[in-house]
Amino acid sequence: MKKLILAALVALLAFGAVAQAKEIRVLLANHPYGDLLKAAIPQFEQQTGIKVNVEQYQEGQLSTKLATEFATGSSTVDVFMTRPLQDGKMFYKNGWYKALTNYDFSDFPKNALQPVTFGTKIYTVPILTEWEVLYYRVDLLKAAGIAVPKTLAELETAAAKLNKDGIAGIASRGKGNPGVTQFASYLYNYGGTFLDKGKAVFNSKDAIEAFRYYGKLLGNYGPAGVTAMSWDNIMPLFQAGKIAMWTDAGTFYGQIIDPSKSQVPKEDVGIANFPAGPKASSPYIVVSWGVAISNKTKHLDAAQQFLDWATSSDMQKKGLAQLAIAVARNSPWQDKATLAQVPQGLIDTRNVAAKTGIPYDRPYMSAVGEARDYVGEVIVEAINTKGSSSNLQKLADQKVSQVNDLLMDTGEYGVP
Amino acid sequence: MKTGFLERNLNVIFPLPAVLFVVLMMVFPVGYTLFLSFTNWSLTSGMPLAFVGFQSYLRVFQEPRFLDAIGRTFAFTGMAMALETIIGVTVAIVLNREFRGKGLIKLLLLLPLVATPVAVGIVFNLFYDPTIGLANWALVQAGLPKLEWVSNSATVLPSLVLVDTWQWTPMIVLITLAGLASLPADPYESARVDGANAAQILWRITLPMLLPTILTAMILRLIDALKTFDIIFAMTSGGPGYSSETLNILGFRYSFEYFRMGQASVILVSLFIIVLASSLGIMKARARVEG
Repeated sequence: MKKLILAALVALLAFGAVAQAKEIRVLLANHPYGDLLKAAIPQFEQQTGIKVNVEQYQEGQLSTKLATEFATGSSTVDVFMTRPLQDGKMFYKNGWYKALTNYDFSDFPKNALQPVTFGTKIYTVPILTEWEVLYYRVDLLKAAGIAVPKTLAELETAAAKLNKDGIAGIASRGKGNPGVTQFASYLYNYGGTFLDKGKAVFNSKDAIEAFRYYGKLLGNYGPAGVTAMSWDNIMPLFQAGKIAMWTDAGTFYGQIIDPSKSQVPKEDVGIANFPAGPKASSPYIVVSWGVAISNKTKHLDAAQQFLDWATSSDMQKKGLAQLAIAVARNSPWQDKATLAQVPQGLIDTRNVAAKTGIPYDRPYMSAVGEARDYVGEVIVEAINTKGSSSNLQKLADQKVSQVNDLLMDTGEYGVP
Repeated sequence: MKTGFLERNLNVIFPLPAVLFVVLMMVFPVGYTLFLSFTNWSLTSGMPLAFVGFQSYLRVFQEPRFLDAIGRTFAFTGMAMALETIIGVTVAIVLNREFRGKGLIKLLLLLPLVATPVAVGIVFNLFYDPTIGLANWALVQAGLPKLEWVSNSATVLPSLVLVDTWQWTPMIVLITLAGLASLPADPYESARVDGANAAQILWRITLPMLLPTILTAMILRLIDALKTFDIIFAMTSGGPGYSSETLNILGFRYSFEYFRMGQASVILVSLFIIVLASSLGIMKARARVEG
């Protein structure tokens, strides 16, 4: 009898251990794709028998949460959403990502894999891409007799004409740190860039002209208080019909044509390619989100299964078709049934950005958060002075040297 | 007679849980922050932490943003405390008599105190919005020019002070009301016999007797205002630019946005010392008033 009880106990313990191994902790972002995964997790649990404990955070909090948990070495996170351009270098350097050697990356564009590859290994599966577009009010442009701007010069003229009757001619992020990414396309189209061969160069002649243009545009024709605005402040204004044109990521298209969220009728909202500048027509097109496995995971098999499922072509098709979010895989964009449900403007602007775009929208470095603040200072100064600041070059020189200091601190200076 | 171990050591055992709690929850975090402030721990460098003496202190103390943040912390605290004390004491004196609906007014006064600061921040952000906000609508109705409130570096700090004042003045009112209720009646009677008028009674009797209570309320507000984080973070996260970046916000950004844990600890140790020194200052003043 005793033996029987003992055997039962052992069996129970073993079962418990197995059951425990079949449980993973997943951290997702407050993003439509995170919501999509969360809603589908019960099916995954049913199919695989793996229990998924899911937590969702706003993007900044997610990075902070992951970094603090990983830094203390006591993290129980198995799989997480991550922003390759924001977290990537720091997470890789600290050894927090698991190298993904068992994953088939053949369905991904090459430039999408570039920022998630370190050495010869890939550490994150790209899930979403973002590129900058121009949103505009079809009705207002028509009433003013203006064609959709194709160049930055035309954009400025249009903004000046449309800036009346309590409606701002144009909006774009003016808050320093978050503004950096949307300023990027302006910078590139003026022929400038943030970093070149591991050195900060956003004080070049071209870059200063881009800062001046951005400052002039937003300072003169932007909404009141634009230097305090990120996308979450601008979107409600656009939805309330207070903004005529807006440059930001194409991701928001679904939300601004959603009649339950916007007072502007769907047919009055247009989406166009980001206007060309004097030197180039290269908006950013970046991998905004990916999924990675924690290097410390104790449940690698289950984590791998979840990763495969969350980044599968089927899941990506669902995201593109149902939510109009720009997924990273190629196959959804080649699938006719999926594309039939996607707004044409999104498909067209992606095709252009994918051809000529640049895969970075910020200084790509470990200390990116701090570097963005420095670039942001120049943006804010430019806007506050409507682009006319006599101090701009000096300020940019100073910020370049501060970013170079950061690169040196982290051993990335001069490393291409 | 033999007594048990417990009985012999009651004086140690009874306070033990409280002492353990204080050590674990207060002494350890403060001590650990102090320890970190002498290291160069930074997550972005990918290097293990190393002991560097006062190097992090030197670096932070030379940072203009740090010095600006100290100034801003004091400016915010000074403005908020002055407004809250003046309005709070005035309202308390006005309310300090019997009238119909006094209970209701006291209840209404409590509401801002129990509101969640982040929710307060979100609501006030909508209120302050320069294009669609209620604040500018009201200004326009009154024939005044529009303001950019928290969206402009010149007006952001006073605008935040107004929110803090809205939320925390009621606390001063309640403490002052309690103080007023406990004042002795004799001085008033003799003053009236001597023919003192209402203003004289207020300035010569009520306020001097109330001063220790007011100073107590001020100490509580001072400590809180110096450390204000939630309202500022929810409303501006330190912006536009760095124009509402107080020490606590700067400390947060250094630790959780720049991941410079060593230098962030320096900022927090500095804030700790500032809060401690300021509170001691007012406590001394209070002792002098009472003494």
